[in-house]
Amino acid sequence: MRRALSILTLIASLAHWPSGPLAAQDSVPPEAVRVGITYTPGVRPGVVMLPGNGLDSVRAIVARDLDYSDRFEVVPTTPGQAGPRGPRTVNYQLWRSLGADYAVDLIPDPSGIVARVHDLGGATVRQEGRFPLPAPSVPEFRLTVHRISDEIVRWITGQPGSAASRLLTVEGGRILLVDSDGAGRYAVTSAAERALSPAWAPDGKRFAYTLLGEGRGPVMIQDLLTGQRTAAPGASADLNITPTFSPDGSTLVWARSGEDGTDLYAADLARNCCVQRLTVGRYSDNLSPTFAPDGRRLAFVSTRPGLPQVYAMAPDGTGQELLVPFDFGATGPSHAPDWSPDGTNVVFHRELRGVPQLFVYDVAARRVRQLTSAGRNEDPTWAPDGRHIAFVSDRSGRRQIWILDLESGRLRQLLSPGAARLPAWSRRLAP
Amino acid sequence: MHTSTRLALLALLAATAACGAKPQPEQPLPQQLPPTQPAINADSARQAQEAAERQRRTADSLAAAARDSAARANAATANAATAAARAEAERMFADQIHFDYDKFDIRPEDQAILDWKARLLLANSSMTLRISGHADDRGSDEYNLALGNRRAAAAKRYLVNKGVPEGRIVIDSYGEERPLDTAATDAAWARNRRDEFVLTASPATWSLPTP
Repeated sequence: MRRALSILTLIASLAHWPSGPLAAQDSVPPEAVRVGITYTPGVRPGVVMLPGNGLDSVRAIVARDLDYSDRFEVVPTTPGQAGPRGPRTVNYQLWRSLGADYAVDLIPDPSGIVARVHDLGGATVRQEGRFPLPAPSVPEFRLTVHRISDEIVRWITGQPGSAASRLLTVEGGRILLVDSDGAGRYAVTSAAERALSPAWAPDGKRFAYTLLGEGRGPVMIQDLLTGQRTAAPGASADLNITPTFSPDGSTLVWARSGEDGTDLYAADLARNCCVQRLTVGRYSDNLSPTFAPDGRRLAFVSTRPGLPQVYAMAPDGTGQELLVPFDFGATGPSHAPDWSPDGTNVVFHRELRGVPQLFVYDVAARRVRQLTSAGRNEDPTWAPDGRHIAFVSDRSGRRQIWILDLESGRLRQLLSPGAARLPAWSRRLAP
Repeated sequence: MHTSTRLALLALLAATAACGAKPQPEQPLPQQLPPTQPAINADSARQAQEAAERQRRTADSLAAAARDSAARANAATANAATAAARAEAERMFADQIHFDYDKFDIRPEDQAILDWKARLLLANSSMTLRISGHADDRGSDEYNLALGNRRAAAAKRYLVNKGVPEGRIVIDSYGEERPLDTAATDAAWARNRRDEFVLTASPATWSLPTP
């Protein structure tokens, strides 16, 4: 019954698609939905990647990106299915009969590649663009193709996709960099070290993390390209954990553990100075900060009510208050908040009968909704599109990174051979 | 081994050591050497041996040889007892304390463990130590670092309240990064929720507190 209701709700929420903006809070699955059940094929517009000569790897990457965007039904094709065709002749009738509403054509061009989206219903070209394309051997090749995918999503839906982004995650004690489609993974810290809690700088070129030494350690800030790193100002003594950058990249906020517990500090990265203490816990711990995208508020975890719950404050430490409501004595500990890129939601995990599950808090409506119920699910991080969440789940038997689409409830695993944890999703990565 | 049993054994060993360690003029025992010298036990053992050699060489009567032999036997017993007591004290110092899930209060049953550590630290003013807090793998990875820190700080506060100068104790935390038991069972989790105690400096000779 609950399942049928939730599917109805989902269909109702999708009925307006794609007329309005795809804000995540509009159609988050209702409470207690079991993730994976509400995925209903057929209600989204169909998109077909037209077969063609050459560019097979590009076609494959774009087709997968369109699928992973969870905004379309990607209509499968076989090579030569459409028969011979000229550069501007597309068999609209054929593709419509196969369930496609849009056709994506990728055409080699002297300067790189031309991408063209056909509106099959209107029998017109909806939009096209020309993109430079590096050789497949160049490291930036895949990211360049992902940017084409994101543009195609924007041409059709009005909102760009988030394929041109990457995740940092921890495998063993090592931080890995992986593309949003699970490809191109490589280690960015040494196997001889124990690194934790990676956090992206907004420029997508640097990241911060805890380098755990003998029970203590600094927050390091590292350049992704060169590997050069420095200890963050004020974060070299004691144990420094859970770093995060302000949206403008000027400030680092993190938690420092010492004799008096764990408290939040801020440092001015531009001037490499001016460490400011934001919380004075004494008998409580304060950690896991996350900025609202406007930079004017900061959510964090505090144990001041006796067990960890999600609080908020101004970036200077004033105005500290409970953010996510809980029932004293009944609600389990809450951890790992991440403020959504559009500012409307905070996702976090909360223990339910001792098992962590994902929840999302709608900041304006002040409502908490449960997102997962199968297995242990923890440490969520928002995709730049504000509708996907990467998180750690043991539903496959060991802790792995999974990606959930809040709008469709569709779930996929980010490819990773080892046990992975503490994912951090970048913004869209500019060239 | 249960704490009280170990305390009793230590008492026995300490008593044996105290009896056997009565000063022997011709064979200084390790306890009587300046505590600042490095590798003091090896040195003193060698010195004792050399002294014994000299004595044996100069002994020219049967009576002297017999007396010397008896003295050496006594000294050997005393050394063994001291080493055993010291080893047992080191083991007891490494005794961990444990915590309830998501808690950092010192359990009543662990107070005796800390009380004994406090007495040892007060009896040996040059001892310094590190307390490392650990958590089980439930709860968030990052929160567990803060929780481990709390657990280490709680033990430190307890020792400081017993009179140990706080400058002699440093704390750190490994969160859930170093489990003793990786099983997902209540027993494994209980084992992993712990404080570990490591001496970072200690005198060559320990003054053992009366248990």
